[in-house]
Amino acid sequence: MPTRTDGARTATRTDRSAPPLAAVGRGVQRSVHPVAWWVWALGVAVATTRSPGIVSSAILIVALVAVVALCHTPSAFSRAFPAYLALAAGVVVVRVVFYVLVGLKSGTDVLLPLPRIPLPDWAAGIALLGPVTASGLLAAVSAGLALAALLVCFGAATALTNPQRTLRSLPASLHLLGTSAVIAMTLAPQLVDSWRRVRTAQALRGRSLTGRKAVAATTLPVLQDALERSTTLAASMDSRGYARVHHGSSRLVLALLLAALIAAALGTYALLDGTGPRWLALPLLASGGAAAVIASIVASRRIATTRYRPDVWRWRETVISAIGVAIAALALAASTLEPGVSATSAASGIAGLSVTFTVCGILAVVPAAIGGQR
Amino acid sequence: MISFDQVTFQYQDAAEAVLQDVSLAIPEGELCLVVGETGSGKSTLLQLINGLAPHLTGGRLAGNVTVGGLDTRTHPPRDLAEIVGFVGQDPISGFVTDRVDDELAYSMEQLGIAAPVMRQRVEEVIDLLALARIRHRPLSTLSAGEQQRVAIGAALTAQPRVLVLDEPTSALDPSAAEEVLAALLRLVHDVGVTVVLAEHRLERVIQYADSVVLLGGDGSARSGPPGELMATSPVAPPIIELGRLAGWEPLPLSLRDARRVAGPLRDRLAERVPVRPREAPQADAVPAAALPAAALRAALPAAALHAVDLNVRYGRVTAVNGIDLTLKRGEVTALMGRNGSGKSSLLWALQGSGPRSGGFVRVGDIDPSTLPPDEAIRHIVLVPQRPSDLLYLETVAAECRESDRVALAPPGTTSAILERLSPGLESTAHPRDLSEGQRLALVLAVQLAGAPAVVLLDEPTRGLDYGAKMRLRSVLTEHILGGASVLLSSHDVEFVARTANRVVVLSEGDIITDGPARDVLTASATFAPQVSRILRPVHFLTVDAVRDALGVTP
Repeated sequence: MPTRTDGARTATRTDRSAPPLAAVGRGVQRSVHPVAWWVWALGVAVATTRSPGIVSSAILIVALVAVVALCHTPSAFSRAFPAYLALAAGVVVVRVVFYVLVGLKSGTDVLLPLPRIPLPDWAAGIALLGPVTASGLLAAVSAGLALAALLVCFGAATALTNPQRTLRSLPASLHLLGTSAVIAMTLAPQLVDSWRRVRTAQALRGRSLTGRKAVAATTLPVLQDALERSTTLAASMDSRGYARVHHGSSRLVLALLLAALIAAALGTYALLDGTGPRWLALPLLASGGAAAVIASIVASRRIATTRYRPDVWRWRETVISAIGVAIAALALAASTLEPGVSATSAASGIAGLSVTFTVCGILAVVPAAIGGQR
Repeated sequence: MISFDQVTFQYQDAAEAVLQDVSLAIPEGELCLVVGETGSGKSTLLQLINGLAPHLTGGRLAGNVTVGGLDTRTHPPRDLAEIVGFVGQDPISGFVTDRVDDELAYSMEQLGIAAPVMRQRVEEVIDLLALARIRHRPLSTLSAGEQQRVAIGAALTAQPRVLVLDEPTSALDPSAAEEVLAALLRLVHDVGVTVVLAEHRLERVIQYADSVVLLGGDGSARSGPPGELMATSPVAPPIIELGRLAGWEPLPLSLRDARRVAGPLRDRLAERVPVRPREAPQADAVPAAALPAAALRAALPAAALHAVDLNVRYGRVTAVNGIDLTLKRGEVTALMGRNGSGKSSLLWALQGSGPRSGGFVRVGDIDPSTLPPDEAIRHIVLVPQRPSDLLYLETVAAECRESDRVALAPPGTTSAILERLSPGLESTAHPRDLSEGQRLALVLAVQLAGAPAVVLLDEPTRGLDYGAKMRLRSVLTEHILGGASVLLSSHDVEFVARTANRVVVLSEGDIITDGPARDVLTASATFAPQVSRILRPVHFLTVDAVRDALGVTP
């Protein structure tokens, strides 16, 4: 025994002689602040809703895919990105199939002269099949692609940011919400695992159960498992000091939130209802927003938890989110910049090629150069 | 550091108190081992130290528990976070975050410790527990031993003066267990942390203990130096049993001490048994009751199961790599190897429910994967690592009836097996309320009801005390006498030494060693049981074998 102890002691000393802080700087791979990626993705998403046609949507999708391919960190969420792409492709296909089956066919450039099948009276207004026209098909693909691009935006944002880290950058007042979301996200795959495990284990008993009995046979052990896990987790969190520096909820926060809610409701009413006093809308909405922000700050003060390795906002984050804002602004201004290009006229001609949206696409790829791991 | 003053603790709805009038003190800087049979209140005692009992579990506490001067009655677990670190039985279900360094920092974040201090402490713990290589990895990708070390590290970053661990090595293979224990020892010796731990496998930890708390099972507790208490303890590792048999005084606790006093015993045994193992009669390697099996084997077709060129792959990972295996009737084969060496994959593939990527398996002349489940259980059964997954009915009796029905066995078959495995089990009890050992007994009884020719068990000894292991051993022995074959995977060297006739060692999906238990176990550095290590070069695996050789009746 004594010899062993001495060995361990010297080993620890040599380990400790390395300055710990130097190790932090070298070892940690700093990834881009998740909020920056979300701003960028939302900017592109705004552009996709204004896209004039197939080519523009395709350019945006290609830009998104390129950035994800170059900047993602390997995780379960980035591995799910191909699934988003498949889903997007599915959306386009479904849109086209619907067009062929029940779409309103107009125009003269017939590609496929299918017969129109009349439906009974109660379904008047819907025509089954009918001649498929090139312009109609292009419009269907274009609409599908715009929706697909929106999906890919969301997929790109989740692939580039670990949602668990995103939740950690919520303000402290939403700490409880963030914690429960993080736990739910950890428990969900475990629940799926235990469900699978129980299913295979049940087969070992030599029964092939069906119906209600089968549901009971799997659900019971899975729920029991989940309950045990939750108790263990609660014990672990409690013994590690969870909720120790929370000082309860405050009346002030409650009052402020209530005021914010009322102001928001009245403001929206004033804004949308033509008969209401329009001039009230803006001040009401603004004061409501201010009350919410103050409530959040006050609530954050009451929670004194600290954060290990918080995500920091530097020039990279500023550039990436600025690009997002620029893309959205360009897309919104597109109709003024290029009056000739719009979603309606595109179908017949060049299928939505637009200088503005090509610029948007190029801008969207820029983060690929700076958003990788440092 | 920790003191219990006339503590009585009773769970709600429980008929009797788990702990009755317990008074003890654990001084600072000690490694204290809590010893007792299943259900004697080990976990409860540990939870009392940081206030999880009664603050989280509920129940009635009388008397006082104080830790570092604070009374747990007035201080809930979260207030004790910088005094007591708690590591539960199943580390992965206690993890809150998804990455190693985030998990290490979690406790400090909750305590509101400043970021620079936090970083410094994380680095220190990483060095102390050798976590540098895995610090950025997701927690779910770690091996069981690494997870256990991360769980210890996560408790340590709050810099507690006491560390409480519930069965820290129960799921680990021998070498991973050594790693975890080495880390704990380093904490005790270098950092001066007081460590309190409960463990079933005393053979792993008894030598490191400074003191022992022995729970009687009737609510009583005694504490004292390990040597003194182990002399009369109802639960004892082989080294202690051997010491008692040989009458060594004082009782040696470490292998080194035992070897130093074992000279005369070695000489006495060497006269009776030749030194070289291969020429030795097999008598002492084979469990005594299994001897007629040799005659049986000659009468029946020898092989119960054939597997040829069996492969299991998950994506690019090869779990089982072209294994040929034949299981003979009347034989208990133990499957050993590191965590993740492919033991479970092999068992599931043999049974037919698990994936197979190539090769074939025959039980008799049938491939079990082609049989419908209710017919397969009369040929080959598997008891998985979490036996409770198989249970879903309301009472033990209902489970037994269902099992008889499915296995087409005469009514009462399952409950008869169960009675032998776990005598006196309430038939009206809910399976969920049973202890780990009792649940295993129930599942084993259910699976054996169809009298299958091949029985596969995945880590059956997890969470079992010495008594439960003995009963499991006798039922398995009886079953192989009926002409069946048993294949069990286990990290429990002592259980394997007393139960198996043959040992197969797996590593990275390949069979590394395959031979009689006696030869394989005595030759291995990691898998040698304590008795073999003490008596080397005389070849004995178990205390029973030594007792027989000496002609002593217990």
